Amino acid sequence: MDTTNKMDVKRPELIQGNMSFEQLTDVVCKPVEDKAPKMWFILMAGFSSLICLLLAMIGYLVWDGVGVWGLNQPVGWGFAIVNFVFWVGIGHAGTLISAILFLFRQNWRTSINRFAEAMTIFAVICALIFPGIHVGRIWLAYYMFPIPNSMAMWPNFSSPLLWDVFAVSTYFTVSLLFWYVGLIPDLATLRDRSKTKVKRIVYGLFALGWRGANRHWQNYERAYLILAAIATPLVLSVHSIVSFDFAVSQLPGWHTTIFPPYFVAGAIFSGFAMVLTLLIIAREIFGMKNIVTIRHLENMNKFILATGTMVGYAYAMEFFIAWYSGNPYESFAFVNRAFGPYWWAYWIMVSCNVISPQFFWFKKLRTSIPVMFVISIFVNIGMWFERFVITVTSLHRDFLPSSWGYYSPTYVDVLTFVGSFGLFFTLFLLFLKYLPMIAIAEVKMILPEANPHHHGDEH
Amino acid sequence: MSNKNIFPKWSNVIPGFVAAGLGLIGISVIFVFWYWFSPKHLEVGYQPHQPIPYSHKLHAGELGMDCRYCHFTVEKATHASIPPTEVCMNCHTTIKTDSPHIKKLTESYETGKPIEWVKVHQLPDYAYFDHSRHVNSGIGCASCHGRVDKMEEVRQVEPLSMSWCLECHRNVEDFVRPKDKIAEMDYHSENQQVEGEFLKSLYKLAPREDCTTCHR
Ligand code: HEC
Ligand code: HEC
Ligand code: HEC
Ligand code: HEC
Ligand code: HEC
Repeated sequence: MDTTNKMDVKRPELIQGNMSFEQLTDVVCKPVEDKAPKMWFILMAGFSSLICLLLAMIGYLVWDGVGVWGLNQPVGWGFAIVNFVFWVGIGHAGTLISAILFLFRQNWRTSINRFAEAMTIFAVICALIFPGIHVGRIWLAYYMFPIPNSMAMWPNFSSPLLWDVFAVSTYFTVSLLFWYVGLIPDLATLRDRSKTKVKRIVYGLFALGWRGANRHWQNYERAYLILAAIATPLVLSVHSIVSFDFAVSQLPGWHTTIFPPYFVAGAIFSGFAMVLTLLIIAREIFGMKNIVTIRHLENMNKFILATGTMVGYAYAMEFFIAWYSGNPYESFAFVNRAFGPYWWAYWIMVSCNVISPQFFWFKKLRTSIPVMFVISIFVNIGMWFERFVITVTSLHRDFLPSSWGYYSPTYVDVLTFVGSFGLFFTLFLLFLKYLPMIAIAEVKMILPEANPHHHGDEH
Repeated sequence: MSNKNIFPKWSNVIPGFVAAGLGLIGISVIFVFWYWFSPKHLEVGYQPHQPIPYSHKLHAGELGMDCRYCHFTVEKATHASIPPTEVCMNCHTTIKTDSPHIKKLTESYETGKPIEWVKVHQLPDYAYFDHSRHVNSGIGCASCHGRVDKMEEVRQVEPLSMSWCLECHRNVEDFVRPKDKIAEMDYHSENQQVEGEFLKSLYKLAPREDCTTCHR
């Protein structure tokens, strides 16, 4: 028996404003084809000077050594790892949206996937900087790869730090490929619309001779599906392996089995928050409100609510297990987390990550742009503090009270982190100016006109 | 249609060439660093000038002096001693005293100011090496320093790189010799394979390979 409700509540169309195919192309291509607004240049100048700051700080670090950071005994892992995990985490939303939601046929993803994937790639680039520079003598960073050398030395395959190198670089490669494959039809659109020769050649180069032939589409769809299938397990594996960096070591506060799922949930949580922050601004500025509608934003808020609650559950479970295990060191580590010298970081984390997303239970707040903007910022802050709390509070109380310490970052730590935002936003601005920020071809597929039953479904 | 094409047809092959080119460049860079930028090429052959043209070829080769006459701590300590002037003066109070070089030696002897020999073999500070451990396990000087008795001036002949150390630690039987022959420069076994295995078990050799053996 057919149990579906024929009189189903009619949902609002994903794409508002009754756009035709052509109008849609026009709207999305406008920021790319128009002269860049003044604001773009101002932001670009600001953020690229932050890149200079980043380079200066890295130069100083390389010249002087890691002593310019606040690291010392017993806290040997500080900002570099915190920032790495923070950025990798942000880089999780992209693949989740593009791969997993694609496999689940969630059509609403088409309006935001390009954007989220770009963000993923830029976030992973920022993330990769930190493990690269924290090794101290960065010209020896090649030790991380299995390359023949005069030490007859091979990377230590039983170390999660090595798995991390492979997990993150695989993730980066697959995300980049996925993003690029999705871009090809749109690059061809830009090529065909471009007025100058240079643009035609550059876009043409990257469009790989796409003509929109039937055969092209067939190959494209197959490639996209395969990449989605490859990317899906990566969403789960990358942050699981990042969590192994901590969980495999035998340190109270790190050595817990809940870490992999807890990290993955946190990563998706922070990734969606960052997409939301950026998307709210971009749809406002570039007039994409009909394509990225409140419904899209609301869906993302639901993800934030779900993953935020999972993260809150993990925080609680860590405490429970610390008590339930009866291990005094484990209990101490957690009580010390909440009430020790770093209590402030812990409570910032809890209020931003656990309390603030709970507002999304209410539809009114879930669909209010200012509320979601503020909450998304809070989540970004909270997730950075989560990594700080995990890394620093577990280390600063060593096993012997004589070697207890207190970690504070130096100005180099802080400015390097600030500089990484400069890199992230500069890449993002370049993306907004030179590439279509919405997957034109994919959005067209979900327009009502693209539905074969378009003219007949009322009967 | 043809005039609408931006790129000529032959440009289709370019991506293949670019990919192959990048691969080749990557491999060559790795090869160059692994091969030419290794101690094998950078350190082997290092032969600094010494303040006095003291010749191993003459003293250890032609005169047939034992290494341990001068490098007398080699069996007892981590470092092989460079002989103090007093050792030279055992002979040179009478031999060739008119030579300008020997005059220098005499001066050093009388003033007590040592000759400033230039060090040839040098491991980084983070690598630990012990002569006595090797010499007393039946490893000859020649395995690591080459035919010093044929050198006018000492030259480094082995890379002293980590892979070089490990190569012997993993295959001692190819290098071990009887303990009373360690200073013999021209020692050669008729059947190293059999004798090596025999000596290895006789001396109970099992050189370690874990990192803390040499990096302590
Ligand atoms: C008459 C004393 C004398 C005898 C015998 C002698 N040496 Fe030396 N050796 C020296 C002096 C002096 C130096 C430092 C000057 C130089 O490097 O040439 C030296 C340097 C060396 C060095 C280089 C050390 C460095 O700076 O790295 C090696 C290797 C060496 N000897 C090996 C041998 C071996 C092997 C023998 C035996 C075949 C031997 N020597 C016999 C006096 C002697
Ligand atoms: C066993 C005795 C003996 C000892 C010990 C010895 N030498 Fe000599 N040395 C000789 C003899 C023999 C000659 C060759 C003299 C000749 O060519 O007629 C010689 C030659 C030399 C010459 C060449 C002089 C020239 O102008 O031709 C130098 C330089 C020299 N020795 C340095 C040293 C130094 C430095 C030491 C200490 C590390 C040393 N010798 C220890 C026996 C010795
Ligand atoms: C297993 C390899 C090996 C053997 C065998 C060996 N050496 Fe060395 N030798 C070295 C290395 C490596 C150095 C550099 C040590 C350093 O820089 O700390 C060295 C340095 C020296 C030096 C310079 C002084 C010092 O200790 O730094 C002398 C002299 C020397 N060796 C003499 C000898 C003599 C003589 C013998 C034989 C009795 C011998 N060596 C056997 C590896 C060896
Ligand atoms: C030609 C062979 C050979 C070479 C080359 C060699 N070794 Fe060894 N090494 C040995 C042997 C044999 C032993 C003694 C093993 C035993 O007694 O079980 C040993 C032992 C040692 C030990 C002592 C281990 C302990 O248990 O205390 C150290 C340290 C060491 N080697 C360092 C080095 C370093 C550093 C190099 C390179 C610069 C080097 N070796 C090169 C043969 C070699
Ligand atoms: C047999 C002795 C030996 C053992 C065992 C050994 N090493 Fe070494 N190692 C060396 C020597 C000697 C050097 C210096 C080589 C040179 O100067 O080129 C070195 C250099 C290195 C370097 C280069 C450092 C730098 O700053 O360039 C690294 C890294 C290293 N070792 C790591 C290891 C690790 C990891 C292990 C354990 C898997 C290990 N070593 C085991 C002897 C050893």
